[in-house]
Amino acid sequence: MGLILLSPFDLALASGLVLLLALMSWRLHLGVERRVLIAAARSTVQLMLVGLVLKALFAQTHPALVALMAFVMLAAAGFEAMQRQKRRFCGPWGYGVGSFSMFVSSFSVLLLALTVIIRVEPWYQPQYLIPLLGMLLGNAMSGVAISLDSLTRSAWDSRGRIEARLLTGATWEQAIEDIRRDALRSGLIPIVNAMSTAGLVSLPGMMTGQILAGSPPMEAAKYQLLIMFLISAGTGLGAVVAVWIGSRRLFDERERLRLDRLRDKAL
Amino acid sequence: MAGLRLDGLRARVLAPVDLDVRAGELVFVSGPSGSGKSLLLRAVADLDPHEGEVWLDGEARSAMSPSRWRRRVGLLPAESFWWADSVGEHLPANGEDKGPDGGLSGVLGALGFEPAVLAWAVSRLSTGERQRLALARMLAQRPQALLLDEATANLDPANRERVESVVQTYRAEHDTAVIWVSHDPEQRERLGGRQLGIRDGHLEPIN
Repeated sequence: MGLILLSPFDLALASGLVLLLALMSWRLHLGVERRVLIAAARSTVQLMLVGLVLKALFAQTHPALVALMAFVMLAAAGFEAMQRQKRRFCGPWGYGVGSFSMFVSSFSVLLLALTVIIRVEPWYQPQYLIPLLGMLLGNAMSGVAISLDSLTRSAWDSRGRIEARLLTGATWEQAIEDIRRDALRSGLIPIVNAMSTAGLVSLPGMMTGQILAGSPPMEAAKYQLLIMFLISAGTGLGAVVAVWIGSRRLFDERERLRLDRLRDKAL
Repeated sequence: MAGLRLDGLRARVLAPVDLDVRAGELVFVSGPSGSGKSLLLRAVADLDPHEGEVWLDGEARSAMSPSRWRRRVGLLPAESFWWADSVGEHLPANGEDKGPDGGLSGVLGALGFEPAVLAWAVSRLSTGERQRLALARMLAQRPQALLLDEATANLDPANRERVESVVQTYRAEHDTAVIWVSHDPEQRERLGGRQLGIRDGHLEPIN
């Protein structure tokens, strides 16, 4: 079974379904039709552009170009993770905490995968590096954004309780301990759920893609497993780093709770 | 016996405060709401960023770890907060070292509670009960100076008297410096002590 090529007409047909969805939202007064259409248009433009860029990139395997692409991806993930937080840190920290933790986690897992597990020669070959990095960053982004959002939100809501613990002589780590634990847990739940239902309810996206593109199902399953393990490790590591740096930043050198370092997204 | 000395302490809305509270001395602070009484206490306990230094018994705050400082200089905020389910979980496990005041159970008794209160769920306590238990919680950490913010604001007369007598007993037995923010002139008269007021951002004596 070879690769069945999709014609623009096929895609237009599928996009008709999205138009239908928008129409439904309009008729039922759901108020999301604009957002549905914009998101659909965004994904069309973004994916087409990425397809073009990757085509050019794959043709030459130049390390500098690969690095540039990786950097752009990280920058976009960092921005998106920041956008998803209701209360974020002021100044460079708002962008920095999320981006740094995604950088640390995704790139370390990526290097491990490319050099030790898949053993690509040279390791920066874009056909492997870019899709893997995309998978890792995409999932780490959710984990990091959810964790940080939960951390700052509950710290904001529990100011009295945190300060009450500080007043009984607790250190900042003891005072924020349970909030930190909850934040980490909420960041990890999506990926854990995805792992435990993988294959039962739906075939994961990458595996589906591979099968549709003509790979043998067993090979697709093995790749999906590999990706899933890498993603869990990357997401977990990213969330841990983000929550650690974030919770440290909530306190100053005299262990005072510094909610003035947070600002509301709406402001 | 530990005196508390505030040295050029700048709480947000107040002019720098210099104040010497001797060991065993009671100082009342009053002033209109929003004048910075609570901010002053928070600054002493080192909860908000500010300038200035505080000395406890000749030891500088900046030379002490924040957690040690806050254990030794106990702040009782106007609103009490609880982070665990039962009352007992908030109290130190070694609360049973009997001092002259009977330790934790002595304090609880003097505040009108049975020892069984430790098993109670925090969510079922009334505001007044929380306020009194917060005092017990703070005294259980054996502070050497007390900062009380409207400690009797939500209490009926009988319980107000209990709280006043528990604080006075603790102060007398441990020779503790006490700064008490109170808007109740009768209370200030009843308990004596030095009277300070905040006027136009300045802390000054009232006659």
